[in-house]
Amino acid sequence: MTLPTTADRLPAVSAPGRLGLARAWARRLGLLAESKPALIGTGIVLFWVLAAVLAPVVAPYPPNANHLAAVAHPTPSATHWLGTDHLGRDILSRILWGARTVLTVAPLAVLGAAILGSLLGLTAGYYRGWIDLVIVRACDIVLSFPVIILYMIILAHFGSSALNIIAVLTLTKAPIITRIVRGLTIELREREYVAAAKMRGESPLYIMLVEILPNARGPLIVDMCLRTGYNVVIIGALGFLGIGLPPPDPDWGGMVKDTYGMMSVWPHMALFPCAAISSLVIGFNLLAVGLREIGLRD
Amino acid sequence: MTLTVARFLLKHGAFLLLTLLVVSFLVFTLNEFSPGDVARKVLGAYATQEQVDILTREMGLTRPVLVRYVEFLGRLAAGDLGTSTRFKVPVKDIIWSRLANTAFLAALAFACIVPLSMLLGIVAGMRESSTLDRAILIFSTVVASVPEFALGVFLASVFVVALGWLPGMATLVAGGSWSVASQLVLPVAVIVLFDAGYVVSMIRASMIEVMQRPYIRTAILKGLTFRGVVVHHALRNAMINPITVILLQINYLISGVVVVETVFAYPGFGRMMLEAALFKDIALVEVGALVAVGVAVLTQIAGDLAYRLLDPRIRT
Repeated sequence: MTLPTTADRLPAVSAPGRLGLARAWARRLGLLAESKPALIGTGIVLFWVLAAVLAPVVAPYPPNANHLAAVAHPTPSATHWLGTDHLGRDILSRILWGARTVLTVAPLAVLGAAILGSLLGLTAGYYRGWIDLVIVRACDIVLSFPVIILYMIILAHFGSSALNIIAVLTLTKAPIITRIVRGLTIELREREYVAAAKMRGESPLYIMLVEILPNARGPLIVDMCLRTGYNVVIIGALGFLGIGLPPPDPDWGGMVKDTYGMMSVWPHMALFPCAAISSLVIGFNLLAVGLREIGLRD
Repeated sequence: MTLTVARFLLKHGAFLLLTLLVVSFLVFTLNEFSPGDVARKVLGAYATQEQVDILTREMGLTRPVLVRYVEFLGRLAAGDLGTSTRFKVPVKDIIWSRLANTAFLAALAFACIVPLSMLLGIVAGMRESSTLDRAILIFSTVVASVPEFALGVFLASVFVVALGWLPGMATLVAGGSWSVASQLVLPVAVIVLFDAGYVVSMIRASMIEVMQRPYIRTAILKGLTFRGVVVHHALRNAMINPITVILLQINYLISGVVVVETVFAYPGFGRMMLEAALFKDIALVEVGALVAVGVAVLTQIAGDLAYRLLDPRIRT
């Protein structure tokens, strides 16, 4: 008769754990609601995430479909809420589909930069010595390069594709993450729990990833939020310069580039994508401001 | 003192040289990945493969990369910057005039950014969480978030399309009814708004930190006016950290200027680089990249130096 009791006890043991976790998350969400910038930022970002996820369902038309009848009267109407562009493509549909591209490329690049930057920063801060020196110097060199000039050189040579943009963004954003993580690691490696882990005979990799990294996550998350916003700006700027994601798939910066010349006749064609990209970046930056406020209060 | 400054300059000068070497090598090898393309670009799409091969050989592109890299460095050291395949003129004839145009634009913007962001940052930071502080914080966050090209489109739609007060192009040629000065207003405004937002938040954060220091409390308790405390006690200390950030902004200016120049068709360095990169104009891209990195590293050094001069505690 011992078996049922063990089974009975199992949920009892895990319940407080699960409940505690839920409570911790609820507390965090509650804190998020306390900061007005964080709340507004979350709202804007969630809106665009939903738009990106639901684009195939909610977009009224396919993003690249030409509505020839609309070319003569491209201004907003009942059939095309935000009007159409110079090729008669529905702007609302293109903006919704464009959210999909930008919200895939920007976070993936940030994730890449966070992984690469954390590994380099952990290594530099944990080992110090010449490894540290080499990593710090290499980061300085990458950081001293005016970002867009580097993109122009690399993208002009290897062509423009989503993968290239992610690779370039990863490479140029990683040094900033490296600096942050390195600074935190230098501080954290002196803690008792790191000494304890060393005493237990854990490998350096285990200590870096399991003992140090989780304790550096606060500043890292705030910074990743900021980086995502900056990446959206750069992806937009690349599209605007004509070296971004290849056409015809909708990309907010590219939409502005194509229609900017028609500003004096049909300003809506350039204005709507500009408003879309601006609001998304504002969302990410407000979220970062809010997260920092919450972090300071803890 | 002079000795430490000399050592500082020597150390940073060496770093500048190292950076330029690494960058020049990277740019050079990147450009050399597909030599056939260069000759093809020069001759156009209708040249035969034979013609392309001959030009490739004549330009010496068939020899090993390292040999050509060393030769390239030698030529640079001798002051020969090569010939632009895009503009069909020697690089030195085009790059310095374009650079001067961009420096002019950046200097105008910089002259507005520094006083504006100092004023807003200090006013916001001296009373944290006041209504004014919140307003400035939100304003600077929002302005710094809007991408430069979107900012350009927004401003142009109001001042060019709706009101007709300003021209939408800044070609620096006084054509039609628009003077050169009126052409410069919008490009400068875009750069100022985008960069000032970031600098304001930096100065604000530094000011908030300084205002919480014990010596500020002492000064207030001594009975000094709030104004006196801010001007005489907080200001200099609050400017130490942002001065590096402000000088680093020059680095961002170079990047941002590419977009702004494209928006307003401004004949500057950034647009030249974009055209050169799209055209695979090797000589121009190489020299341009080196110049851009040189400027960036020099401003970094200037920032470090200013930091040292402002804060007597840092002497290493």
